[in-house]
This record gives sequence, structure tokens and C-alpha cells, in this order.
Amino acid sequence: MGLHNTEYKGLLGWIDARMPTMMAEYKRHVSEYYAPKNFNFWYIFGSLALVVLVLQIVTGIFLTMHYKPDAAMAFASVEYIMREVPGGWFIRYLHSTGASFFFIVVYLHMFRGLLYGSYRKPRELIWIFGCLIFLCLMAEAFFGYLLPWGQMSYWGAQVIVNLFAAIPLIGPDLALWIRGDYVIGDATLNRFFAFHVIAIPLLLLGLAVAHILALHDVGSNNPDGVEIKDRLDPATGKPLDGIPFHPYYTVHDIFGLSLFMIAFFAILFFAPELFGYFIEWNNFIPADPLQTPTHIAPVWYFTPYYSILRATTTEFMLVLAVATVLYGVLLFFALRSGIGKAVVAVTTLVLLAGYFVLDPKFWGVVLMGASTLIFFGLPWLDQAPVKSMRYRPGWHFVLLMAFAVVFIVLGYFGTQPPSPVNQYTSMVGTLLYFAFFLLMPWWSRMGGFGPVPDRVSFAAH
Amino acid sequence: MTRILAMAALIALGWAHAPVGAAGGEAPMDKFPLTRSLDLPALQNGARVFANYCLSCHSANLMRWNRLADIGLEDKQIKEYLIFGNQKVGDTMSIALRPADAKAWFGKVPPDLSVIARARTSFEHTGPDYLYTLLRGYYRDAGSPTGWNNVVYPNIGMPHVMWERQGPREATIQRVSNDGKNAIRTVSVFDTAGQGRVTRETLKGAAAEHVEFSFKSADAAAARQFDADVADLVAYLVFMTDPGAGSRVRIGVWVLVFLTVFSVLAWWLNRTYWKDVK
Repeated sequence: MGLHNTEYKGLLGWIDARMPTMMAEYKRHVSEYYAPKNFNFWYIFGSLALVVLVLQIVTGIFLTMHYKPDAAMAFASVEYIMREVPGGWFIRYLHSTGASFFFIVVYLHMFRGLLYGSYRKPRELIWIFGCLIFLCLMAEAFFGYLLPWGQMSYWGAQVIVNLFAAIPLIGPDLALWIRGDYVIGDATLNRFFAFHVIAIPLLLLGLAVAHILALHDVGSNNPDGVEIKDRLDPATGKPLDGIPFHPYYTVHDIFGLSLFMIAFFAILFFAPELFGYFIEWNNFIPADPLQTPTHIAPVWYFTPYYSILRATTTEFMLVLAVATVLYGVLLFFALRSGIGKAVVAVTTLVLLAGYFVLDPKFWGVVLMGASTLIFFGLPWLDQAPVKSMRYRPGWHFVLLMAFAVVFIVLGYFGTQPPSPVNQYTSMVGTLLYFAFFLLMPWWSRMGGFGPVPDRVSFAAH
Repeated sequence: MTRILAMAALIALGWAHAPVGAAGGEAPMDKFPLTRSLDLPALQNGARVFANYCLSCHSANLMRWNRLADIGLEDKQIKEYLIFGNQKVGDTMSIALRPADAKAWFGKVPPDLSVIARARTSFEHTGPDYLYTLLRGYYRDAGSPTGWNNVVYPNIGMPHVMWERQGPREATIQRVSNDGKNAIRTVSVFDTAGQGRVTRETLKGAAAEHVEFSFKSADAAAARQFDADVADLVAYLVFMTDPGAGSRVRIGVWVLVFLTVFSVLAWWLNRTYWKDVK
């Protein structure tokens, strides 16, 4: 008959006989996906990120029904949604609050990765997919921010697109090509709309699927950094320290989600602009190409990188040159292969020449880009013999927290108008930011590493 | 309960937060009496002042007339007392002034006021405080094109539209500025006819840049009434900037009550399942 021999009855049996994939995948990814039983607080952010992704897509669909991607109508259409569309304000605030929370959740999710070495072998691919998701998310947020067509939308886009103009030779033409006009205009709004509602979301969804598939192939890491697949129950062949994702982690995640929603909706209903951090006040002024705001700042989630961009001035190039030479020397003596040494020497010299030939603005763009791309390197930069911070020296944890503080300080100064204090703090912050990653191959090996247990540490609830 | 909701509404508007304070050369802002924006008669008076004084040069294109039902005005009242032209209550508050003319007359097109209270908020001051101080910050200045000037917005294009209601005032403006080495204090006194007297003195050493101002009213009663009317007007602008804010806060309270109960249930569900995990 060609029907699959099914164990299910009724409708499910009927379906399973014809499409066994469905139940097989449900088992593989949900009911029989074995996750370590010692997940803690930090493990909630993955599923929360998925919830927010779905929220953004669903609310986005409804917003698209009323939004007009037209420079003459965009601003008013957003207010039309807020005032005239029944429930429109709710959908719009879900989307705007969701955007900020997407970054909060993703940053905490990434921090978890650093805390427990989730990117280490065999999970490098999961991490790479995650970094790609992060890049897509930033692109998605950037394109979406233009759509309300307020002053910050407009000038934020103007500043960022102009960054491409700093690239030597092709820069100005590239910026023009991206904008589709000599300034940000209707053409730009339309293409950003296309990217925001279809191109990037498709990529995001695809990458999220790849991220989860890759995770489920090797299995989840955990706060102890112990591979649960190394200790299987001889009778069942399942990990001794693993429990089925459903129902244990579904109920876990529902509880986490309920707390998340309290924070989310408290902001949505009582302070949707979050004092100008989630929705910038200037964005209630319609875009005006003839009037540059006195102070242009991106939304909070971009401000650490924005600080790095602003820190890179002519003054900073000298510091950067010294840092590059020192790092080049360090690498030169650390590498054993002759080819490696040659590559380091040449790269250092080329960089040094570049620092003084090309505009600092260009190097600001390079550093800003590097500050987001450097996350890709973590699986190889981290050389510690163990994964989890629990079994690494205490000062490794202190360094990680210091990095988190630097990230937040850079973020704070990115929201503030330029000032000498801002300038110097951002410079120091930029150096520390990169030092944390680039010196990791050395510092992550140092110190005493505690014995990692065979089994996860878990106390029954 | 209403009172609590009212306060929640103020926080909701994001305008109860303490601003960082006047930065650099910015004029110090007076506190807008926030409770005004929860007072229906005040809001209605504000709507009347708005329609009478603002709505000929400024539009509120995003605001529909009969949305004023939210502050207790019926269609009949709106038509009779507020709409001057032949607009319908379902129309938005648009104006006949052409932008090109406005630009020629005032030097710039008067901004649409639909979301002005939000748009004028910044990290330094809240929008309502700014508007409340700005509208009460006019003084006679014979040297300016309109005969008026403003302590908050020097050389403002907008004349003092409600001057008759405020009565004549004398203004004293003290500005301390820095030239790098020394601080300079400039005191300008403008009499009721707009004749200014300026005295300049160099202070020893550097001092923080700041502006101070004070007014002396010839007609104290009129000035007090004017302050009250401006407060009502700003209350109305606050309402207009986000007319749904009140119902948003009321719904929000119930959402949070529900979520609290839900999270207790979710916690209990989680605990029940995890009892099996040893």
C-alpha cells in the first residue's frame, strides 16, 4: 500500500502513515531531545529569543497592513496606526518594545555562551550560525528604524550609510548605490522596507533553523561544560544526565516566559518609550532633510559600537598604531611557522601604513565592523582547557565581567553627546574591548583549572 | 483607585521622570503641573485655548476632532465651540495656512502640534515642562521683527499670540558665558515697551555657563490667570500627543495582574513536573 507502519491511532495515525517525518521530527527536536538537567537561569534566553522572533514577525505582518512606505506618508501612517487603527497602538508598541527586547535577550544569550564556553568544540558551527543571526538582527533593526521616518530615523540612516563613503575608491559610489539617491529619500525608504519585511526576515528564519538543527545534532552544553552524551544509560542508550525537552523544559520555559512578559508588558503599557531609550523622542519629529539634529545617537543596542566608531579620531590613530605594533610583536614571537611570522609582519606594516594614509573615519568603520565580527573568532580565541567558568580561575570570571562592564560603559557613552570625557572613556573602552578578545589565546590558558566532574552537578528540586 | 491610576498614567507618559537638569546654556525649566493633564475641565479649557490661539498657524493633522470625546466633549460642543471653518467632526485638525506663506511670514513653517509634547522631550527636559516654560517665557523686545522675544527660545519666529491675556511684563535675563579664560555676566532688562538695557561684567575665573530670568508683571491677576490657561493648554497638548495613553495604562494594570497570577501557576506547573527529576 505504500503506507508507513504507524504506532499512532486516529487522525495522528492517519497522518503518520502518510508523512512519518512529522512525528519523527517532533520526537527528535521536542519530546525526545535530551537536554542536560542542570540548566540554570541563563538558559532561558534561547527560547525567549525564539518567542520574540515570532512576535516581531506576527506584529510586523499586522503593521505592514497599515504602514505606507512612502516618504510623504510614512510618518503619518505610523501615527495613524497609533491613533486610528483599533488596537494599532498595541501592535506598534509590541513591535517597538520587541525590537529592544530582542537585543536584550540576544546579548544575555551570548553572555551565557561566554560564561559556559558554549561555543567550544563541538559547537563552533552553532556559534557561527548564532553570530550570523546577530548580524542579521542588527541589519534588520537598522533597516526597520528608518521606517517611522522621524528625525532620528532619517539622520541615523544618513550617518550609517555615509560610513560606507569612507571606504577608499569605491566609497562614495557605494553609498550612493545603497541610498539610491544623493540623500536618504523615498528610494531609500522603499528599499529599506523591502529588506526589513522580507529579505532579512527570511535569512533570520533560515539561520534560526540552522542554529537549532546544529544544536540538536551535537546536544546542548550546560553550566558545568560536561558532555552528557559521554555518559549514556546502558539500558536505554539515553544520556544519564539528560531529560526530555518536553515536558521538562517546556514547563521551565513557560515559567521563564511568564516572568519575561511581566517585564515586557510593564514597559509596553507604562513607559513604551522607556524615557527615550526604546523610542527616541526626536523620532516624533517628522524627517527633515534640511535640519540636522544637534545630537544624533542610534538606539541603545547599537551604542557600544557607535562609541567605538566615535573613539577613532586622528588622536586615537597613534594609540592604535602603538597597540598594533605591540600585538604584532607578540604574535610574531608566539607563532612558530615562518609563513605565520611573515604574514604577521606584513599585515602589521600594511596596517601601519594604512593608519596614516587613510582617513581615521575609515578606520573607525573598520573597528566598528571588527567589534561585531570578532565574536566569530571566539571558538578559536578561547584556549582554556575547560569550557565552563565554574572550573576556570576566578580571575577569568572577573575579566569576563570587566568586559561586560566595558560593553555597558561604551553603550552609555554612545547615547551621550560628544565631550572630552566621553571621547577618552570611549578610547580606553575600545582598547579594552579588543584586548579582551585578542589577548584571549594567552590569558585563557593561564591559571589553575579545577577538575571537571564526570557528571553534571544537580540538586533535585 | 482613580488617583493611583492617574499617577500611573503620568509615569506612563514618561514625563514623571526627573530630567537631568538644564545643560550648558539652556534656560531652567518650570515644572508643568502634571496632574493638570488628568483634569477634564482643564483639558477642555486647554482644547478651547488651542482651537482659539494655536490652530490657525499650527495644524494638528494627526488629530481627529471627535477624538476630543476622550476628554468629555460631545460632537455638538466640538462643532459649536471649537471648529471655526466648515470642517466635520470626523476631519483632522488641519489648517488653511499654506507652508510657503508661513515660511515668508515667520521665517519657518510652524510645526504640526499633534505629537509636540513628545517631540520636545529630551534627556535634558520633559516636553510638557519645555512647552509650559516656553509659552510663559515671552517678553517685549523692540529690536526683534515681531516685537517679541523668548527666554527659552531666543529670537523665536512665533510672536506672543496670547499677549493680551498676560498683561505687560518687565523681563530680566542674566546670562553667564565663558570665553575660555573668564566668565562674562550679561544682564539684560527689557521694560514693558521692549526697550532693553544691557550691562556686561567680567567675573574673575571661570564659571559654569547658565541662564537665569525673572519677570515683573504689571497686572498680577492677569498673569496668574494666564499661567493657569497655559497649564491647561499644555495639558491638552499632552493629551493630544498620545490620546490612548489613559486606556493603555488602565489595560496595563489588568495585564500585569493577570501575568502575576499566570506566573504563579507556571511556577507551580514547573515544580510539579520537576519533582520527578532526581
